[in-house]
Amino acid sequence: MDIRKITILGGYDKIGIKEPVEQIDIRPGEMFGVVGPTGSGKSSLISDIEQMAQGDTFSRRRILLDDAVPDYQTRTDPRKKMIAQISQNMSFLADMSVGEFLCLHAKCRGVRDSHVQEVLRLANTLTGEPIKKDYNLTILSGGQSRALMVADVAVISDSPIVLIDEVENAGIRKHEALKALIGNGKIVMVVTHDPVLALMTEKRIVMKNGGMRKIIDTTQDETELLEDLMNIDGLLLQLREKVRKGESFERCGQTQGALMQSLYTKYRSEESA
Amino acid sequence: MKLIVVAGTPGSGKTAVLVHALRILGEAGKNCSVAKVDCLYTDDDKRFSKLGIPVMVGLSKDMCPDHFAIYNLNEMLEWAEENQSDFLILETAGLCHRCAPYSQECLGVCVADATAGPNTPLKLGPFLSTADFVIVTKGDMISQAEREIFREKILEVNPKCAIIEANGLSGQGCAACSEAMMKARDLSNGEDKLRHSAPLAICTLCVGETRIKKEFHRGVLRRIDGFQTYVGE
Ligand SMILES: Nc1nc2c(ncn2[C@@H]2O[C@H](COP(=O)(O)OP(=O)(O)O)[C@@H](O)[C@H]2O)c(=O)[nH]1
Ligand SMILES: [Mg+2]
Ligand SMILES: [Zn+2]
Repeated sequence: MDIRKITILGGYDKIGIKEPVEQIDIRPGEMFGVVGPTGSGKSSLISDIEQMAQGDTFSRRRILLDDAVPDYQTRTDPRKKMIAQISQNMSFLADMSVGEFLCLHAKCRGVRDSHVQEVLRLANTLTGEPIKKDYNLTILSGGQSRALMVADVAVISDSPIVLIDEVENAGIRKHEALKALIGNGKIVMVVTHDPVLALMTEKRIVMKNGGMRKIIDTTQDETELLEDLMNIDGLLLQLREKVRKGESFERCGQTQGALMQSLYTKYRSEESA
Repeated sequence: MKLIVVAGTPGSGKTAVLVHALRILGEAGKNCSVAKVDCLYTDDDKRFSKLGIPVMVGLSKDMCPDHFAIYNLNEMLEWAEENQSDFLILETAGLCHRCAPYSQECLGVCVADATAGPNTPLKLGPFLSTADFVIVTKGDMISQAEREIFREKILEVNPKCAIIEANGLSGQGCAACSEAMMKARDLSNGEDKLRHSAPLAICTLCVGETRIKKEFHRGVLRRIDGFQTYVGE
């Protein structure tokens, strides 16, 4: 089933005040960020959407698909599910092997077993620590678990709406992870503190006290900043790789030093202003 | 009156979900009475009382709490009748995986803890397989994929049940639970029966034998290899 838009109708914040943002529409191909301090209600917003709340959660928000209340099947049956979610959980609790788990999940979602190999391949590109089919889920490290969750959602739970709750803290390659998750023409919401991820979105919803406070459109300036940030991020990745390989930084190149210097002078003034 | 019987292993979130669902029923103007049956101790009554709802506690002591609940059901119903309640909600102790405390006419609700692992539904027995509704709790602790697998396993055991994912902490999904309760049918005044017969309990242990050796035991005995005999008159 194709959808043309998802609508979030605002409810109430933690102290019972009506959310200033009354309605948000998101269409295929759009990516929205969700930002705000810890405890501001980011994960609740994501889980309201995942459960397609109908005024029945604490926030009393309502979620519509193509202007209509989704039916029971769409809300619950994983085969019909419109939504794939990467939640904040950093580990698996199920006591079974990686292969067994992926086969079961493929069966739930009604996809072929051949997807299992693809999940493993993708997961192994997202983390440095190898993941094998016969490993038990519960022994996976945080990074391995997150990589497997991301790859599982990208390949097996291939849904038109993707909800991502903080991929950056997981110790995995976040850009690759995001790329695998967002695909083409999907509706994406990403909870993040990371400026690179936040500025990759078109708009970001600012959360406070459990409510959607306002929406910020990503500006032209911010898009330019994003390019610089990507450079810094790339540089950090290179440096991290050097550390990993056990190299030292004596010959840290001129260009890298110059890049840092120029960025520093460019943004320092804004910081202190 | 409607009878709602809520079963599930200890700590699965029965009380947590019920507290939210009862609040919603109260807001809808419904009058509820709650009965809690446990073996030795419970403080669930304090949690329910906070809602200003009449609570009755039954402690089954050395008896199977499900058996105890079943043959005391009439007293509980009469008490709820005196309270002029629209609902009697019975929370069981949920220890026995062989009994199912549901009657034909009640709404049978099983609460299953999603963090207990994907094979748990296969172990829960008749209180899962004969339930009308299954409420899956603690989904907030696991990944979406694990939730989907858990759901699939429940449907393997009980293909006809309706599943509600609820969060006992935030109350998410609990409105759907109260809605299901409101849609439950009213008790007829006829004879109500159990859905699932109580388990085999006709050995000497049932009547107080404490010695362990096989020679002291009479009745229906099943060996560990599955071979079953009757010893006695
Ligand atoms: N994380 C989480 N914890 C829950 C949820 N539901 C219940 N709990 C917790 O699980 C514990 C046991 O819940 P309780 O309602 O007493 O279980 P009962 O013995 O079945 O009545 C309590 O500490 C609850 O706060 C849930 O959906 N998510
Ligand atoms: Mg309880
Ligand atoms: Zn029993």
